[in-house]
Amino acid sequence: MPERHTAPFVAAGPVISARGLSKVYGELRAVDGIDFDIAPGESFGLLGPNGAGKSTTMRMLGGTLGRTGGELTVAGLDPEQEGPTVRAHLGVVPQQDNLDDELSVRDNLYIYGRYFGLPRGYLKDKIPQLLEFAQLTDKAKSKVDDLSGGMKRRLTIARSLINEPSVLLLDEPTTGLDPQARHTLWDKLFRLKEVGVTLVVTTHFMDEAEQLCDRLIVVDHGRIKAEGSPRGLIAEHSTREVVEVRFGADRNAELAPRIRDLAERIEVLPDRLLLYSDHGETVLEALAARDLHPVTSLVRRSSLEDVFLRLTGRSLVD
Amino acid sequence: MSAPSRRAGVSGLRGTGSAPVLERGLIVYKRNWIVVISGFFEPLLYLLAMGYGLGGLVGQVPGPGGAPIDYPAYIAPALLATSAMNGAIFDSTWNVFFKLRFARLYEAMLQTSLGPVDVALGEILMALLRGLLYAVGFMGVVAALGLVTSWWALAMIPVALLIAFGFAALGMAATSFAKSFQHMDVITFVLLPMFLFSSTLYPVSVFPEVIQWIVKALPLWHGIELMRQLAVGHLSWVSLGHAAYFVAMALLGIAMTARRLRALFLR
Repeated sequence: MPERHTAPFVAAGPVISARGLSKVYGELRAVDGIDFDIAPGESFGLLGPNGAGKSTTMRMLGGTLGRTGGELTVAGLDPEQEGPTVRAHLGVVPQQDNLDDELSVRDNLYIYGRYFGLPRGYLKDKIPQLLEFAQLTDKAKSKVDDLSGGMKRRLTIARSLINEPSVLLLDEPTTGLDPQARHTLWDKLFRLKEVGVTLVVTTHFMDEAEQLCDRLIVVDHGRIKAEGSPRGLIAEHSTREVVEVRFGADRNAELAPRIRDLAERIEVLPDRLLLYSDHGETVLEALAARDLHPVTSLVRRSSLEDVFLRLTGRSLVD
Repeated sequence: MSAPSRRAGVSGLRGTGSAPVLERGLIVYKRNWIVVISGFFEPLLYLLAMGYGLGGLVGQVPGPGGAPIDYPAYIAPALLATSAMNGAIFDSTWNVFFKLRFARLYEAMLQTSLGPVDVALGEILMALLRGLLYAVGFMGVVAALGLVTSWWALAMIPVALLIAFGFAALGMAATSFAKSFQHMDVITFVLLPMFLFSSTLYPVSVFPEVIQWIVKALPLWHGIELMRQLAVGHLSWVSLGHAAYFVAMALLGIAMTARRLRALFLR
């Protein structure tokens, strides 16, 4: 991890604070009056399906999108009024990489630093550290087009660190990456968190939210459905375990009423039934006792996916 | 929640300044210098092919003020004006369009301490620089061929910049409205006839009066007339009028671009 040369933004209160934040496009309430506070050093998640208003919120935080209503402060300032100053404290990792295809890997870092008005001498020392952090030292002179998806993503993250931001905004940081590249990236983000960088992450991946976030809000249709730690949300809105059974597409719905009493709650999905219970094995045994034998069955721990299903009646990834 | 009538808008329009945007442009130019240089050869080829090829048939033509001049000397100032226009238009329209819709470069720039005005001004300056580069290069050739006969010709360089400024500002404003390549083709559709009809290769007086008025309403004709007058040192209030046209065009372009900034950058 590169050393810090400047003190991170220190505030007595939250580093980001939103009250009644909203964004309306014509009839569409993309963000519909949300409140949240993010403490310095915290890792905060916005979890929701595509179109929930996560990216819109992120853009309002960075001051590249005006809001329709409510209050918003980032590092003590209104991003809408003082975008360039607010962004000096921010590192932005957008949903789609927007690296500069016309420049080399090294020049991408260099010119991005210049956009912040950082001196050349500082960048000369900083760039090798970031290249090392992103494991791209031997790619310094390569064209961006020649990098793999994972490398581009690491370069985007390295680039976002050029100004030593106190807050990192990560919009769907691992979408489109293979599992190995995702884990590499999560590792990098952990290390940033360890040195006190505040992370704001949007994701529609449950495992990502569980891995990265201390606390998160579940967003749907521009509104906050629930707020808490991943573990707390699961404890509050789901059972300890879930039994997934498949009786075949045509029989799932038909059998649901007959086994509803076996679990605290049952969800009927097109391809399977989810039985929520603190004791999964007991439910399976009870099924067998009624002479019901699913094609496949699985007992697993509850996840944020279940929380989302409970709160919105829909699954997160379609 | 506050009143829904609250006017949404981003007001932090200036940040680091335009210098880093220019610095990026120069890094890219350094890597693609052949592409940049190629734009300089286009008017040169016209000058050789038309000026000396066609010029052999044409002989002398009446210049500004009526005194006859050689045909190459007649078209050289026109090609300089066109060259300044092309350099500025290319950077401010196609390049801006590509960066805006495909490379998402401006999105990346606006994640930093740059403000939208910094970016827009930087891009216009970059287009101007390209126009200047072409103008100086072409001017050198024209002078070496003995096609300018007045010290006023030195003023052709700043005038080339003024022409480039006008086209760059208006070109960028126009580009902010373009959503597809078809829209961008409209620019080519306007530029080519403008180049052919704006008294570039022959006097505008060959056209019927109606066409003449249309040509005289378009910017390139004013640029060419002004350049031609400077080349032979025949200046009058009319020359000032031509310059004023470009000042007005640049101001209009900047005002329009500024208005379109939110649409362009802060959608």
